[in-house]
Amino acid sequence: MILSAVVFLPIVFALVIAFWPNKSTLKPLAFGFAIIEFLLSLGIFKYFDPATANLQMVEQYVWIERFGISYFLGIDGISLWLVLLTTFLTPIVLLGSWTSIDQKLKGFLASVFVLQTAMIGTFLAMDAIFFYLFWELSLVPMYFMIGIWGGQRRIYATIKFFIYTMIGSVLMLVAIIYMMFLTKDVVGHMSASLLDFYKLNIPFVGGQFFSLQTLLFFAFALAFAIKVPVFPFHTWLPDAHVEAPTPGSVILAGVMLKMGTYGLMRWTIPLFPEAADYWGWLFMLVGAIGIVYGALVAMVQPDIKKLVAYSSVSHMGYILLGLFAFNQFGATGGLYQMLNHGISTGALFLLVGMIYERTHSREISKYGGLAGVLPIFTICFFIITLSSIAVPMTNGFVGEFLILLGTYKADKPFAFIAVTGVVLGAVYMLWMFKKVFFGEKGELVADEHHPLHDLNSREIAVLVPMIIMVFWMGLFPNHFLDYTKASIDHLVNNKNNYELTYQPTNQSSITETQSLQVGSTGVRQ
Amino acid sequence: MNHQLLMSILILSPFVGFLINGFRYKKHSANLAGTIATAAAAISFLSAILLFIDLLGMPAESRKISVSFFDWITVADFKVKAGFLVDQISAVMILIVTGVGSLIHLFSVGYMHHDKGVAKYFAYLNLFLFNMLLLVLGDNLLVMFVGWEGVGLCSYLLIGFWFTDKEKAAAGMKAFITNRIGDAAFLLGMFVLFLTFGTLTFSEINALIPQSPETSWLGAITIGTLFLFIGATGKSAQIPLYVWLPDAMAGPTPVSALIHAATMVTAGVYMIIRLNPLFLMAPNTLMVIAIIGALTAVMAASIGLTQWDIKKVLAYSTVSQLGYMFLACGVGAFGAALFHLMTHAFFKALMFLGSGSVIHAMHEEQDIRKMGGLKKYLPITHFTFFLGWVAIIGMPPFAGFFSKDEILWMSFHSPLGHVGLWALGAIGATMTAFYMTRLMALTFWGKSRVPKDVHPHESPAVMTIPLIVLGILSVIGGWIGIPHVIGSILPGHPENIWEHWLSPVIKAVPNLGHAEASQEWLLMGVSVTLAAASAALAYHFYVQDPEKPKRFAAAMGKFYEVVYNKYFVDEGYFAWIINPLVRTSKNIWFYVDVNFIDKATYVLSDIVRGGGQFVRVLQNGNIQQYALYIAIGIVTTLAFVLMR
Repeated sequence: MILSAVVFLPIVFALVIAFWPNKSTLKPLAFGFAIIEFLLSLGIFKYFDPATANLQMVEQYVWIERFGISYFLGIDGISLWLVLLTTFLTPIVLLGSWTSIDQKLKGFLASVFVLQTAMIGTFLAMDAIFFYLFWELSLVPMYFMIGIWGGQRRIYATIKFFIYTMIGSVLMLVAIIYMMFLTKDVVGHMSASLLDFYKLNIPFVGGQFFSLQTLLFFAFALAFAIKVPVFPFHTWLPDAHVEAPTPGSVILAGVMLKMGTYGLMRWTIPLFPEAADYWGWLFMLVGAIGIVYGALVAMVQPDIKKLVAYSSVSHMGYILLGLFAFNQFGATGGLYQMLNHGISTGALFLLVGMIYERTHSREISKYGGLAGVLPIFTICFFIITLSSIAVPMTNGFVGEFLILLGTYKADKPFAFIAVTGVVLGAVYMLWMFKKVFFGEKGELVADEHHPLHDLNSREIAVLVPMIIMVFWMGLFPNHFLDYTKASIDHLVNNKNNYELTYQPTNQSSITETQSLQVGSTGVRQ
Repeated sequence: MNHQLLMSILILSPFVGFLINGFRYKKHSANLAGTIATAAAAISFLSAILLFIDLLGMPAESRKISVSFFDWITVADFKVKAGFLVDQISAVMILIVTGVGSLIHLFSVGYMHHDKGVAKYFAYLNLFLFNMLLLVLGDNLLVMFVGWEGVGLCSYLLIGFWFTDKEKAAAGMKAFITNRIGDAAFLLGMFVLFLTFGTLTFSEINALIPQSPETSWLGAITIGTLFLFIGATGKSAQIPLYVWLPDAMAGPTPVSALIHAATMVTAGVYMIIRLNPLFLMAPNTLMVIAIIGALTAVMAASIGLTQWDIKKVLAYSTVSQLGYMFLACGVGAFGAALFHLMTHAFFKALMFLGSGSVIHAMHEEQDIRKMGGLKKYLPITHFTFFLGWVAIIGMPPFAGFFSKDEILWMSFHSPLGHVGLWALGAIGATMTAFYMTRLMALTFWGKSRVPKDVHPHESPAVMTIPLIVLGILSVIGGWIGIPHVIGSILPGHPENIWEHWLSPVIKAVPNLGHAEASQEWLLMGVSVTLAAASAALAYHFYVQDPEKPKRFAAAMGKFYEVVYNKYFVDEGYFAWIINPLVRTSKNIWFYVDVNFIDKATYVLSDIVRGGGQFVRVLQNGNIQQYALYIAIGIVTTLAFVLMR
């Protein structure tokens, strides 16, 4: 039951907020809700067994019997930390936007919670249609968040964001439906269960684009690649980020982009292993290009937020590279980097938001000398910068190192390209840092009519958990990797005949219909 | 005492100091901040001594204290522990790092007395010490890399310490980024070694090394060590990545002494010494190292001949001396490299602190053209600087003589050496004697050129005491490594303690021939004579006939210009690498992102919109037409399904 609670509690919160009569208590209420959700999600650890690669805490109920669609939730080492990342970031985002969002507060808070449900649902849904619902649902609140609380060109940005992601997901829906038909031959009835999808043996013809597995592979991969975003589908991201309000940017970068990489890891690669092997070079190539490209373009951005957005492109390129290295190092590093990027880029957007609230400008050239005026802000920004450029002892290093090691092991040329990102990352971040924080005071900093104030206690409270995570994950990665190890080993070692099984806990729901004994095959081991 | 505890104190003491001073970053009291930081460094030094004593008590072959705190990263067969190792090599290093470090902390109390950010300064200095200890003590390449990047970070923070000055902030950034290039190569080196040996732990790598040297350029060991060496050229300022070090002089002078002379910049040499059995199996890499080292030694020394900034001269001198250490590594004389690393730490830290004392006395003036005759005003500084001078130009029996002589001898004698390498080394040594004498003469001797409004004064005791201690070390520091050929004629026949101490952990050069005493004496005589003559010439130029250098420089014409402008290397990097990169970035952003991908999207959306218009025409409410569409649809679908 805990997974259902974690997924759907936020929607309940959203409803409560929608009907909450007192506007002045809305923010504390929402913040309290987010904390409750976070604590609840911590409860997952009570039941989670890190030693097994099986799907755990499974809840499966028949939903539409005719098409074999079920309400199917489950968790394993791949999704565990992504769920926690989501529940961890939400209270931080709410606290961080305490003063920046005042218009239509109810709608905003409700959107955040709906979005939370959608994101967690995406990570936990094990039924393709169920998954698709969450996947699409996540677009709606984000659409509103950018469209209503966004900047000047918000409409343009939302439409771009929506069109890009819709194109990808429509193709994915087609592929899902096609695969549901395919399951008929294998399990005897139509099924949308991912576990049944895994059992499919889809014919693969190398060197031929118009062959079944390749087409399905690309239908899925495209949807995820746009979400990641992978070069050259990344141009929606800078616009969406720049126009989005701070909380929108944080959630978008922190969690939503990971839906793409998670999708590749959970769906694309194990479902179409031959195609993934065959076309892996392409994804490693665009990943490596993305690293360099994102870094180079970030380097010349005049707007801090756009710089951070392009740095996301660069960082997500690493993840892609890791996932398609098809070894433990790459996959572990890729998964770890998803969390790192959530923390570091999320924190960067929060920090940019904080300074934006003070000056209403993000233009790098108007800053300068901030370090002398806002020391605490500077220290926080610097620590997060270190995480972003992957200095050892921060979380970023562990992820980047493992990814590069995995890439080197898999395919050396890509590692040589990617390793330039280590240098370029330092170039664009430190260059920006120098221009914003060092040197003489810029026009916004020296403005005597608007003296800048250093971070207040609320803002420090927002950043401290992030900074703790930066060092915790950097110094003790095993605390986290212990939980992912079994699942990643299973994925890497059995990529070509990947199956997920689970120990059914809820007998009644399964035995009801013969047609849905999805997990029973692997029970007795 | 318990080794685990001792090791924790050794490493964590500076970190605690960093935290304390970090949290009181707004405080201005140099005395309090300095006391905390110096005490933290001194506690570390004490622990280092205790560990060293423990090490001495062990039998020579099994001298090793290793402590592991926790598993850091464990993924599949990649297992790295937060493990630390004190053996003969790292024991020397921790003593240098914490010992010289403590002295420099002490010196800073006086030097940074009036600075507002003094608490922050000491916090960074302690953080540096912490990272340097991680680098030195790490028992595997990854933990070493943690310190490796950590010291680079502290260097960045301290070079840009006066960040309101754009130039200084830029110098810090340049240092970090140049180092990062090396670090990227270091990462690749680690990958190669891990995939070859399945481990990154030094002891395990050294145990798995093949018996015979690898002759191929493309062998794993050669490639791996070459990558690591590129990493070393970044950190230890060798060709082609040395460009950051002269700029790093923007930082406070004690920082230059600690980080950019005595400790951090030697990290690359240390790493190679640490892995000496591995490097010995890659003669091709060693050849590259020796050549790069020798060239750097000469190139940097030649630039040093022309500079006017007291710290810049010392900076190029450091680059040059580091070149000697690499030359030593390259010819397989790892012990000599570590020896020179140590003596250099003494005399170069001494000279940097001395220059700090001068700068302090001259009210932040660094141009040696505005000095001269300072001997009168700064007797202690002058005397200690004098000791550093005789040490660096290699006059017996001062520290630098023994270490440099060993390097020159080995670059000739070792089977990995070459007479050309020896010649480069000797030329470099001659230049060193010249520019150092020039520095001495222009700063301390001759007529005073001090502006009238400046009244130089000797520094307080807190600054002169470190100078005196380092001065003593610059004199006696070399006596632990007296070569046999000299030892045999001295009363009591002193042994080469140094060689003896290191012998269990430093692999001897294979096929080392018998040393002819006469040959050794001859080479020693040549290099000392060259140095002495060159020093005398410089004395003549800059004290007796100060007009001569100008005429000489004029006579050299263009060539002098090129050397004076540091061979235009920085300008070249800008013109050929940095500026094109920025231009390319702007172009790809503008042409690829904005004008190609986005435009393509618009075209696509226009097509979709156009498609919408078309569909709208179809939906005209005519049911018969709808039926037709359905029919067409069914037929097409059927055809598609059936023909498959």
